[in-house]
Amino acid sequence: MNKSSVKTIDIVQKGLKRRYRVERRFRRLGLAAIAASLIFLMLLFVSILGNGYSAIWQTHMRLDVYFDPQVFKDVVVSSADYGRLVKGALRSVFPDVSGRGELRKLSAMVSSGAAFQLREMVMEDRGLIGRQSTLWVPADDDVDMFFKGRLGPESGRLTEDQLSWIDHLKERKMIRKQFNRAFFTAGDSREPELSGIRGALYGSFFTLLITLAISFPLGVGTAVYLQEFAPRNRWTDLIEVNINNLAAVPSIVFGLLGLALFLNVFGVPRSAPLAGGLVLTLMTLPTIVIAGRAALQAVPPSIREAALGVGASRMQTVLHHVLPLALPGMLTGTIIGMARALGESAPLLMIGMVAFIVDIPHGFQDPSTVLPVQIYLWADSPERAFVERTSAATMVLLAFLVIMNGLAVWLRRKFERRW
Amino acid sequence: MKFGKTVKNTAAAALILLGSSSVTTAGDARDYINIVGSSTVYPFSTVVAEQFGKTSSFKTPKIESTGTGGGFKLFCAGVGVNHPDISNASRRIKKSECEACTENGVNEILEVKIGYDGIVLANSKKAPVLKATRKELFLALAKEIPDPSGGEKLIANPYNTWKQINPALPDTKIEVLGPPPTSGTRDAFVELVMEHGAESFPWIKALKKSDEKKFKSVAHPVREDGAYIEAGENDNLIVQKLEANPNALGIFGFSFLDQNSDKIQGSEIEGKIPTFEAIADGSYSVSRPLYFYVKKAHLDKIPGIREYLEEFSSEKAWGPEGYLSDKGLIPMPDPERKQFQEDVKTVKSLDPGQLK
Repeated sequence: MNKSSVKTIDIVQKGLKRRYRVERRFRRLGLAAIAASLIFLMLLFVSILGNGYSAIWQTHMRLDVYFDPQVFKDVVVSSADYGRLVKGALRSVFPDVSGRGELRKLSAMVSSGAAFQLREMVMEDRGLIGRQSTLWVPADDDVDMFFKGRLGPESGRLTEDQLSWIDHLKERKMIRKQFNRAFFTAGDSREPELSGIRGALYGSFFTLLITLAISFPLGVGTAVYLQEFAPRNRWTDLIEVNINNLAAVPSIVFGLLGLALFLNVFGVPRSAPLAGGLVLTLMTLPTIVIAGRAALQAVPPSIREAALGVGASRMQTVLHHVLPLALPGMLTGTIIGMARALGESAPLLMIGMVAFIVDIPHGFQDPSTVLPVQIYLWADSPERAFVERTSAATMVLLAFLVIMNGLAVWLRRKFERRW
Repeated sequence: MKFGKTVKNTAAAALILLGSSSVTTAGDARDYINIVGSSTVYPFSTVVAEQFGKTSSFKTPKIESTGTGGGFKLFCAGVGVNHPDISNASRRIKKSECEACTENGVNEILEVKIGYDGIVLANSKKAPVLKATRKELFLALAKEIPDPSGGEKLIANPYNTWKQINPALPDTKIEVLGPPPTSGTRDAFVELVMEHGAESFPWIKALKKSDEKKFKSVAHPVREDGAYIEAGENDNLIVQKLEANPNALGIFGFSFLDQNSDKIQGSEIEGKIPTFEAIADGSYSVSRPLYFYVKKAHLDKIPGIREYLEEFSSEKAWGPEGYLSDKGLIPMPDPERKQFQEDVKTVKSLDPGQLK
C-alpha cells in the first residue's frame, strides 16, 4: 500500500510540468485572441479616423461681393441671379481671365452653395443691395480635396489654370480651411461641401424616441407578467420559445413585416420616423423582454417571500420590491437594444427611409433618414469628398454607440446589487 | 424607491409622447414630391431636387433609390398620396410594367428621357490600357462559349488569361469585378456587351431570330468560376479594389470613372476610350439612355411637380453645360433634348403600343 501511494505522487509530479505547460499555452492562446480582436478594432478605428478627421475642416474662399443693384432689377429678390454675383466677385480677383470656357472653370472653383449663402443674406437684410461685402464661401469639393492633400495635381479633376489660381489665392491669403459647420448644421446634399448629418441625427432621434416609448413599457410589462404572474404551462412555454426565436430573426424580415402591416394596413406615412420607430420596436422588443426576465430572475426569492410575509399583495411585491431591484438590469438590456436599433439600416430599406432627404425633419411624420443610412448613401456616392464625410459620419455614429454602451455599463455598476 | 419612481415618471412621459403623435390615416395631403427608382439616375435626380428645393418655395423632393424594377413596382401600385409621383429608370419601362400600371389605375404617364450613361470597363492606372472588342469581352466573361475548334457547340469557358483569347491582349489572368444581377448596370452590360459579342457568331445571331429564349441562355450567363467577381452594388468599393490589384478590371457607370480619373483609366472598347465626348456623340458603344416617368394624375394634386419638371428639363440642368453634366450625365443631342422639352411642356402621354 505504501508502495502504491508513492507511485501516485510520482505520476502526479511526472505530469506536473506538462500540465503547467498546457495551462500556460491555454492562457497565451486566450491573450492572443484578445490581442487579435484589439488589433482589428484598432485597424478599424485608425482607418476611419485617418479617412474622416479632415472632414472637421472645410476649405473656404474669401470673396468681395458687390451686391449689384442691376442684378436685382425687375426680379423678385428671392429669384435673382445670385450666381452672377459670385462670378462677378471671382472675376474681380482674376481680371485677366477671359473666354467662356475659362470663366466656367473659374466659377467651378466655388461651391454652388455660395449663391444660396448670398441669397439668404439678402433675404435677411435687403439693405445689402448696392453695397460691398466680404465673406467666406465654401470652395468646390475638388478644390477642397486638393487643398487638404487628398487629391493630387495629376488627377485631372483640376486643370493647370485652376491649380495656378489656387496658388494665387493662397498667396493672397484668400483661401483657408475653417471649421466645417455645415457638417453639423445641414441636411443631406449632393454637393459634399454642403452636406451635413443634422437631418440624419434628427431622424435617428425621432425614430429612437418612438422605439423607446413603445418597446420599453411593452417589454418590461411582458417580462414582469411572464416572470412573476404567468402560470407555467404549455402556452407560456410556447410564448417563451417564440420570443427567443424573434430575437434571432434577421432584421430585414421585420422591415418586410413593417411594410405589410404598418404601411399597407395602418397607412403610416412612408419614410417617416413613426414607421421606422415601429419597425425597430419589433426588433428591440425581444431583446428587452429577454434581458428583463433575466434581471427579474436574478432577484432572490427571499425578497418576494419577505414582502408577501408582511402582507403585501403580489402586485405590491412586484411593483415595490422586485421591479426596482431588477430595473438596472432591464435598463441595461434596453440601452443595448436601443444601441442596436440605432445602428440598424436594413429594415428601414423596406419602409422607404433609405432616401435622399434634404429638409431636416421636425416631427414624427416628416420624411427622414437615420445615421447608418446616411453613411450608406454617402459611401455609395461617386464624389471623392464623400469618402471623408462617410468616415466622419461613422465616427459620429460610433461616438453615440460608445456613449450608449458606456451608459449601460455605468448603470449596471451604479445600481446593480449582488446577493 | 427613488430610482423606481424616476423610471415610472419617464415611462409615463413616454406614453404621453406616444399618444400625442397618433397615427394619421391615409388621404392626407402630401406637400413634397415622392420619387423612387433607379440607383443610376439617383445621383442626377437628387442634384435637381436639391437645386429645386433651394431655389423654389416648394419643399425638397424625397428620393428613394430602389432600383429601376423596384421603382416601377411602387410607382404602378396606384394613384394617390401614398404612392410615388415619379419613377426613375435606367431603361425604358417594360410593356408588362405598363400593363401593371394600367391595372392599378395609373393610366396616363409622361415619359422623359434625361440623357445617357456610359458603362465602362476600367483598370488601375498602374497597368496599361486594355483594348478589347465586345466579342473578346464576351469570350472572356460568358459562362459557355462556342467551341473554338468550330461547329455549333457550346463548351465551358476555357480561357484563363486575356492572351489566350487574342495574342494582342496582355498575358494576365482574367479578373473582372462587376455588379450583381440585381443591378441595372449589370442588365445594361449584358445587353450592350454580352449580347452584342454573342451576335458576332453567325449561328448564335441566327438563334436570336428563331429562338430568343435560347439566345438569351447563351448570351446572358456570366462565368461563375472566379473570373467574374460580383462585387456588390457599391461602385466605390470596386474602384478601391482596382487600385489594390492592377491586374483586375471593373465594370461601373461612367460617373465613377470621371470622379476617380487619377486612380483608374477606362478601357478601349471597339477602339474607343470612354470619354464624355465619345459617349455624347454615340461613338462609344456601351451607353444606355436614362429616363424618368411621371404620373399625370398627380400633376395637379402634389404641389411642385410641374416646377420640378421645368427645372429638370431646363438647359441649365440637362444642357451640354448644365450642372447635371458636371455630375457625369451625358446630355442628349440638341434635337432630342428639344423634343423632350416639348413633351414636358405639353405633358405628352406615353403610348403603351410602342413598348416592348
